[in-house]
Amino acid sequence: MERVHRGLSDREAGRTAVLEPASALATARAGVWRRRLTSRAAAPYWQAAPLALVFAFFFVLPLVVMVVVSFWRYNEYSITPALVGDNYVSVFSGCVAELPSLCLTFKTYLSTLKFCVLAWALTLLLGFTVAYFLAFHVRSLTAQMALFLVCTIPFWTSNVIRMISWVPLLGRNGLVNGFLITAGMTREPQTWLLFSDFSVVLAFVHLYTMFMIVPIFNSMSRIDRALLEAARDAGASGWQALWNVVVPLSKPGIVIGSIFVVTMVMGDYVTIGVMGGQQIASIGKVIQVQLSYLQFPLAAANAVVLLAAVLMVIAAMTRLVDVRKEL
Amino acid sequence: MGDRRPPAFYALAAVFGLFVLFLYGPMLTIVVLSFQGPTGGLTFPMHGVSTHWFVSLWGGLGVVDIWAAFGRSLRLGLAVMVLTVVISLLAGYAFRRGFRGSSLVFYTAVASLIVPSIIVSLGIGVQFRLLDAAIKAAAEALGLAAFTESFATSAGTFTSGLGAHLTWTLPFGLLIMFAVFNRFDGRYEEAARDLGATPWQTFRHVVLPLIAPSLVGIALFGFTLSWDEAARSSQALGSDQNTLPLELTGLTTTVTNPEIYALGTATTTVSFAVILVSLLLFRTLSRRQARGR
Repeated sequence: MERVHRGLSDREAGRTAVLEPASALATARAGVWRRRLTSRAAAPYWQAAPLALVFAFFFVLPLVVMVVVSFWRYNEYSITPALVGDNYVSVFSGCVAELPSLCLTFKTYLSTLKFCVLAWALTLLLGFTVAYFLAFHVRSLTAQMALFLVCTIPFWTSNVIRMISWVPLLGRNGLVNGFLITAGMTREPQTWLLFSDFSVVLAFVHLYTMFMIVPIFNSMSRIDRALLEAARDAGASGWQALWNVVVPLSKPGIVIGSIFVVTMVMGDYVTIGVMGGQQIASIGKVIQVQLSYLQFPLAAANAVVLLAAVLMVIAAMTRLVDVRKEL
Repeated sequence: MGDRRPPAFYALAAVFGLFVLFLYGPMLTIVVLSFQGPTGGLTFPMHGVSTHWFVSLWGGLGVVDIWAAFGRSLRLGLAVMVLTVVISLLAGYAFRRGFRGSSLVFYTAVASLIVPSIIVSLGIGVQFRLLDAAIKAAAEALGLAAFTESFATSAGTFTSGLGAHLTWTLPFGLLIMFAVFNRFDGRYEEAARDLGATPWQTFRHVVLPLIAPSLVGIALFGFTLSWDEAARSSQALGSDQNTLPLELTGLTTTVTNPEIYALGTATTTVSFAVILVSLLLFRTLSRRQARGR
């Protein structure tokens, strides 16, 4: 069809060319360009262009700007172009000299690492269990989808509100303390429940388990059920089948979920801020505070270091799985 | 397989039930507490039931112009929603056909999802700061004194803010489009072409109705992710341009009465309304599609 149309318009162009050579040449040229732009080969390029431009201008360029600015100088009023490593020196100030005691940056990273490990282990355990239940124990597809939806709906609501909602439960006069006192388990209200490491980890699990459930469930729903039957027929116990069949085949989902959870915790400052009562340090928080003092180059240097740390973690995890195959 | 459930089922079902309680329980408590009586505080017990805190929220929250933030978030969310659907759909088509550099674009999108939001936000914030400086310098060089004086910043809800939100919503939209086209049966399009449909007609009358439910899904992601976004907007908005989640984050340290719960309930109601409408629309469209086949 298309080729016929094209042939026709070529012939028309040819006819006008006989009548009026100069303008016809221009028309023909414009036609060629129009055809090139509307041809099927060009289509993917203009279709991908808006997406590529958004990422180029609002993601890639800002990262480049950030790296460049991290080498600039600054004072209270302005930032000036330069190529100095001062900001990186102050990020790691005292880190070598004070060894074996830890400098502020190392302490902060260690604290972030602790949150990462705790949040990762708990979301993985809980997410895997929930996904396993949905994929292997809920038999009707409708029920499966409905329960899956129940798990994902909170993801579409506000994180900040979900954090605040722990306050009436865990606070000094909260429900949990009320229960503990009434039950005679404690006399004084427990203060470690809220604005503590505990409440931060609790909030991470609350907010991010969804990011484990979805990819793990996705991997599990592709597992051939015959494999489990085969394992059982070969004499594997329930645990053995779980560990030797289900877990290895869910690995891609586990890795994707882990990348999400770990990177979100590494860069977090909102959750740690709200749930830690603005008292607990994190890299994200350090960056945010420096930004509020308009110390852009210093904040940028910190962000570059954080980005490098995140990329190393992702590189280590993606060695385990080809993400693209999983979609 | 027999009909009897293995014992593991009950244990797992119990875990699942507790997990759902863990997900929704806290949310429920703030909805209940937002109807706290006028003399009640931030925790139980309830001092009667009233809409006192909603009324006082309606009147505003002291220095913070919460309704302006509400409106900004709503407009931004709708803009992000529309753009996310259109851009993701186009990109989905592009990736389906393949193009040079597609891997690069794909990995950039994935990176945008994974790079911590504070980093993206910082980058955009600094970028627009430098852009402002460049614009001012250019205007001065051109002798546009009036412009230089009136010009404050190019950062704002619908420039830097919109861009920051799109870097967060587009990866989700793109991944959904991947999932859609991975399962799409290309023979429907071939049939349309064989019957003489133009590419546009094929899209409008064949592809669009088939993928419409998924587009509703992308719209849902686009709006709700923008509506609740805090970390990525934090440095990327102009001064006094805070969105609702940012105001809310600030209020967590200053507000000491149930007004904040009322605000939480109001915001969550908007989220749930959007989710409900999306799900209903999704179901209607899926059914219509199933009937059509």
